[in-house]
Amino acid sequence: MNSHDRQLCLSGKGVTKIFGFGSKKTLAVDNVDFEFYSGDLISIVGESGSGKTTLIKMLLGLTSVTEGEISFMGKKRDIGSRRKKKEYWKGIQAIFQDPYSSYNIFSKIDSVLLDCINMRGGRLLPRKTKIEMMREACSFVNLKYDEMTNKYPFELSGGQMQRLMIARIFLLKPKILLADEPTSMIDACSRATILDMLLKLRDETGMMIIFITHDMGLAYYLSDTVYIMEKGKIVEFGSADEVVLNPKADYTKQLLNDVPKIHDPWEFSKNRRKDAQWTEQFVV
Amino acid sequence: MKSQLRSIVRSGKFMTGFVIFVSILLLTIIYPLINPGDPMARIGYDSFRTRPGTYVSLYDTLDGVNTFTFRIPGANDIRISNKLREDDRERIKYWLVEYGKQEEVAGLTEEEIDIEDTVALLGLWWEFYSDEVFVRNLTNAERNAFMRLDVRLDRLFDIDDLQVYTLNPETGEHDILFTEVSTDDYINVSDVANIIRLPLGTDNFGSDVLKKLVLATATSLWIGLVAGTVATLIGLTLGLLGGYVGGIVDDIIMFFTNLFTVIPGFVLLILISYGMSQMERGATTVAVVIGLTSWVWTTRSVRSQVMSLRNRDHVNLSKLSGHSMPKIIIKDILPYIASYVVMAFILQISSGILAEAGLSMLGLGPSTTSTATLGMMLDWSIMKSTAFIHGAWWAYYPVIVVILLISFSLNLMNTGMDQVFNPQLRD
Ligand SMILES: Nc1ncnc2c1ncn2[C@@H]1O[C@H](COP(=O)(O)OP(=O)(O)O)[C@@H](O)[C@H]1O
Ligand SMILES: [Mg+2]
Repeated sequence: MNSHDRQLCLSGKGVTKIFGFGSKKTLAVDNVDFEFYSGDLISIVGESGSGKTTLIKMLLGLTSVTEGEISFMGKKRDIGSRRKKKEYWKGIQAIFQDPYSSYNIFSKIDSVLLDCINMRGGRLLPRKTKIEMMREACSFVNLKYDEMTNKYPFELSGGQMQRLMIARIFLLKPKILLADEPTSMIDACSRATILDMLLKLRDETGMMIIFITHDMGLAYYLSDTVYIMEKGKIVEFGSADEVVLNPKADYTKQLLNDVPKIHDPWEFSKNRRKDAQWTEQFVV
Repeated sequence: MKSQLRSIVRSGKFMTGFVIFVSILLLTIIYPLINPGDPMARIGYDSFRTRPGTYVSLYDTLDGVNTFTFRIPGANDIRISNKLREDDRERIKYWLVEYGKQEEVAGLTEEEIDIEDTVALLGLWWEFYSDEVFVRNLTNAERNAFMRLDVRLDRLFDIDDLQVYTLNPETGEHDILFTEVSTDDYINVSDVANIIRLPLGTDNFGSDVLKKLVLATATSLWIGLVAGTVATLIGLTLGLLGGYVGGIVDDIIMFFTNLFTVIPGFVLLILISYGMSQMERGATTVAVVIGLTSWVWTTRSVRSQVMSLRNRDHVNLSKLSGHSMPKIIIKDILPYIASYVVMAFILQISSGILAEAGLSMLGLGPSTTSTATLGMMLDWSIMKSTAFIHGAWWAYYPVIVVILLISFSLNLMNTGMDQVFNPQLRD
């Protein structure tokens, strides 16, 4: 009902991923179809091991697709060469689940931000401008650049690391952001802040966010569209209201039962999303 | 990183190994400076005839140096016991025992005679022996031999009338240099020209073993370094490529790795060394050949580590940041395996040195006369000549000790690092 007037951004047909072969074969993603529209916030919900991470690695082009086809901006995706891949990654970026393993422990964190400036063609900018850009990115995620510069990743907390990842996205300004359970490995207090920053960034840039979570309640509050994944298959999808208020698949119902706080789903309206309070009350 | 380096320095095992290794290394550098000269030169008799010790020119001792007089108690006893040979002592004892067995002589049993106590032994001899005494059980030949022994023993004390002459080339006559040489006369060793110190004697060629050992240690360390570098570079490159690139590149690399695994490295080494003509085998050549046959192990372990690293998120993030493959390998993979590679390199040095020793013992090591290696020293002293039979322990024992020390120190450094980098191994 809502998606036909908008541009089709990323879609897949029969996307399948099989790890290993023979008796050790794992069917991680099983014949999945999807259509993601620009500007949307899409949640992919499923319990651990359902193939969410594998799916977004395929979307990113970090893992090969065993079978099926992924289209980008309406055309069949072509990331055969390194240059095409680099071009593709200017438009699609990610935040990974575990901030502790997302950083190269041997490099100072400045290099992460500098890479983003270089990626956007700012390699030849004067140093002062680069620092100004990094300072701006840091302050967007409430970090002080002067406290961050020249530090190694292990000197940061998990929440700070993940905020720096958002600063990275702030500098890159991609069309599509894939956020793979970005709050699942950090302490409860930081979670709401992280989510707020993501939404603020989305409001500013209008990017499409594909938000991976195992938390049905969170998905409902955040997203326009929800995809439910079970054991590598997409068992149900639709607008958040459709899926949550009128679930069809048994698995979706089960996921909804596991959410403790939804006593009266009708009470929550979409516009509460802008209110920072909800996340706190909800996530904690 | 810094904290790991600090804990390596604090690790007792690592530091012990490091100190031993660096001491050996420094010795190979410093010793030739304070004791210059060609280690391969043949300075004396061959066949291990020179035992460890300090050698003083007999001529220079007598010629024109100051003499001093010391009265040292027991000096004569020491002198005599040094001059009395082991078999002479046995023969004196034999005569005394046979003599004691006769009915008309009382006592004197085997237990009473201590052949180590020179003074007592000679005392007994002079008390009982006389060429008139007839000992029944002896043959005539033996009786004559004992008579000659008695004369020789008397001469042990024939020192009062020693005179030293020197040939005068003008007159052709012998001039007297010293009219009297007393047993109390001493000279200062530093006044004597041409002193040769051979702390480890000479080997079968008549070369100074210590000098050669220092040279051989340096050469063997060089062989270990070259072999280790070659093996580590090949292993690292192939492991990184196979592990990171994967696919057909990995298949080809694994084919060769498996091939080299099935054929044991040492057998291959023997075949290659055997195949090379005698002329081509310098120490460095042998080292390169050793390196070329021992990269398999490094390749396998680097590859498996890289394979688990290449799917890590920090590598994915690096890809998303547009880095090229070489940059990712150098910045995002290599630092993570660097400690491991250093450890493997240390072990490769150690095994390279041992491989050279093994090859040389088979006669397939370096074939050159311009340098020595630890393996070649063992080969010459044990395999090609008869240090065992000569009792020439100094020709092979120190070599074995040096090989063990190098291998021990490198392995100790490796274990020390292992405990820092893999803390679960710490006990
Ligand atoms: N590199 C891999 N090799 C083999 N199996 C994998 C690999 N990555 C994921 N899997 C398997 O694929 C399945 C889906 O994993 P994943 O995509 O990580 O699930 P999720 O992110 O939903 O927790 C799991 O069964 C996992 O064991
Ligand atoms: Mg996951």
